[in-house]
Amino acid sequence: MVIDELKGKFTNEIRDTVIKNDRRVTITINPAALVSMAEHLYKTLGFRFIIASALHTRKGFEIYYHFSLDKPGLILNLHLILDSKKPEVESLSNMFEATNWIEREMHELFGIDFLNHPNLDQLLSEGNWAKGVYPYRKTFKSNGETKK
Amino acid sequence: MSKQTLIPIGPYHPLQEEPELFKLYCDGEIVKDVKWETGYNHRGIEKLSEKKSYDEVFFLVERVCGICSTSHPFAFANSVEEIGNVEITNRAKYIRSIIGELERIHSHLLWVGLAGHFLGYNTVFMWAWKYREPVLDLFEMISGNRNSYAMFKIGGVRRDIENNKIPAIEEVLSLVKKKTDLLVGAVMDDPVIHARTKGVGVLTKEDILHFAAVGPTARASGVDVDVRRDDPYAAYPMVNWKVITAQAGDVFAKAEVRLLEMYESISIIEQCLDGLKKEKEGDIDVKVKHIPEGYGLGRAEAPRGEVFHFVVSDGSNSPVRHKIRAPSYTNISTFKKSCVGQSISDATISLAAVDPCYCCTERLAVALDRNSGKRIMNAKEIIEHSTQITNRLLKNV
Amino acid sequence: MSFKSYCFKKSLWLFHFGGASCNNCDIEILDCLTPKYDVERFGMVLVGSVRHADVLLVNGSINKKDKPRLLEIYEQASKPVVVVAIGACGCTGGIFAEGNTFAGPVDKIIPVDAYIPGCPPKPEAILAGIVKLLGKI
Repeated sequence: MVIDELKGKFTNEIRDTVIKNDRRVTITINPAALVSMAEHLYKTLGFRFIIASALHTRKGFEIYYHFSLDKPGLILNLHLILDSKKPEVESLSNMFEATNWIEREMHELFGIDFLNHPNLDQLLSEGNWAKGVYPYRKTFKSNGETKK
Repeated sequence: MSKQTLIPIGPYHPLQEEPELFKLYCDGEIVKDVKWETGYNHRGIEKLSEKKSYDEVFFLVERVCGICSTSHPFAFANSVEEIGNVEITNRAKYIRSIIGELERIHSHLLWVGLAGHFLGYNTVFMWAWKYREPVLDLFEMISGNRNSYAMFKIGGVRRDIENNKIPAIEEVLSLVKKKTDLLVGAVMDDPVIHARTKGVGVLTKEDILHFAAVGPTARASGVDVDVRRDDPYAAYPMVNWKVITAQAGDVFAKAEVRLLEMYESISIIEQCLDGLKKEKEGDIDVKVKHIPEGYGLGRAEAPRGEVFHFVVSDGSNSPVRHKIRAPSYTNISTFKKSCVGQSISDATISLAAVDPCYCCTERLAVALDRNSGKRIMNAKEIIEHSTQITNRLLKNV
Repeated sequence: MSFKSYCFKKSLWLFHFGGASCNNCDIEILDCLTPKYDVERFGMVLVGSVRHADVLLVNGSINKKDKPRLLEIYEQASKPVVVVAIGACGCTGGIFAEGNTFAGPVDKIIPVDAYIPGCPPKPEAILAGIVKLLGKI
């Protein structure tokens, strides 16, 4: 079905596929392939974007882009791992408006850079915490300092 | 190039639910651009959640939004139960659905009232909020609190709805049904409401997908999406109901969807109550000893749309990462489409149609003669005038 | 009769400031105005500007972005003004007191005359709180 088709089309970009059950599928991809895969999901296969979640782990910064195909109730996660030194990935906001806020939010909370984002200015942090402080990183301490 | 005027809505206004600032850039009466400023309400819930145990997180996510205080625990329970492969009992499923649908009824009544208020139709506001009270009283009877019910836990629910409480619930439902008829009549047959809402704030199917809008906002534009049916959870696959959609995409269609959904909710609750009578009392939870490593995705259909929770567990007692997506997060950005090109007076109802509620007032520092519009006092004169009045009052004391 | 109690003798006008709250308290405050509780029979109405108000209702935990705005609104209020902190978050910060953007409960920022606890307080509790406060003045 949809997953097999994706696997066939993006063979070189997919690093790993985890099929938990027929409603929950996670595909780990190369960060460079994000835009073309998202475009294929949204424009050709009719997926709806839900949200993206970022995590700070030992591997670096991980982002899950959650897409939903509503008729079979499928959630497809595009999972990518970014380098913890210089986290950056291409923005999806030039394709649709839906990722505009969440990319700005991830930029503020985790310090992930979204390249070619139309308007990457502050969403939540203005007045709440300073620029350059990323409260959701594991290195953040509640007194505002950053752990080494 | 013409000069644009900035009209701020918010951040603080008595009828606003959340503090948030909308800047409407207007040319004369027409809105040219909308910008928003958020962060007034940022509490760091996702961060707080990482410090709490799974049982405590329920009380936290309940307070993401006071009106949807069942939807967030619902989605969180779904996601954690997905990690642990927990199957809950039928009675717990029915109780969860009943609470969820009662919440939908009171939330939609609240919206209908506020929408009426924004249109200057205060009768609907008073009616809708009056008939919302019996539903809140039901919550008080079931859970002990009017809002924030603390009914959910992993593996079931905290409190039972005993069979002897069922007649009281049925009684309220029949009252609400009658009053919904009244409201439907008051809204759908009113020529003024037709004039104010039809063709206003139109969102097409493509816009909905572009902004990833959900819930009644999407269903009013003909996008047939409802998590209760698409990704079934709790008792929804066990009862008969249908998803309400409309095609027009304007404010009227959104009102129509919400009003008709209330009938569906009533019908779902009635069927769940019948189901409840067949199940054994007290059989409301299963013991969950350990949440294994992994991640879970939970969805629930809140009154405003799909709530999405993403929980990552490392096998310990609290989540490592907990991502929450509330429906308004994507719905609010549709303002960029629905308000631009309309007059300011229509902007308020277009903003309200999505269900974060705003209303706007303008205050000027000059007094205008109501008939001629001529300036009769300037700011300095007003201050002098009010000082005189204060002095007069002081003499009387 | 002092000037202060003279000011609060007749109908009170309320201004509502919602901080970083879950908006349960906001809804319950609004609920007080609707037919079941109907505070308008005492002449209490919500007004659109704090300059017209006698009572400033504050609910929700106050985050760092709200703090200067709350101070500004308090400055703008025509004195004497009565400040009422509503709900667990308004009184103490509640469940959000550990958050990284929390700027302190209301009474650390502006002087508070009355506290109405509860999560959310019932409309009856809000009414009782305001009536008690009036008795005190």
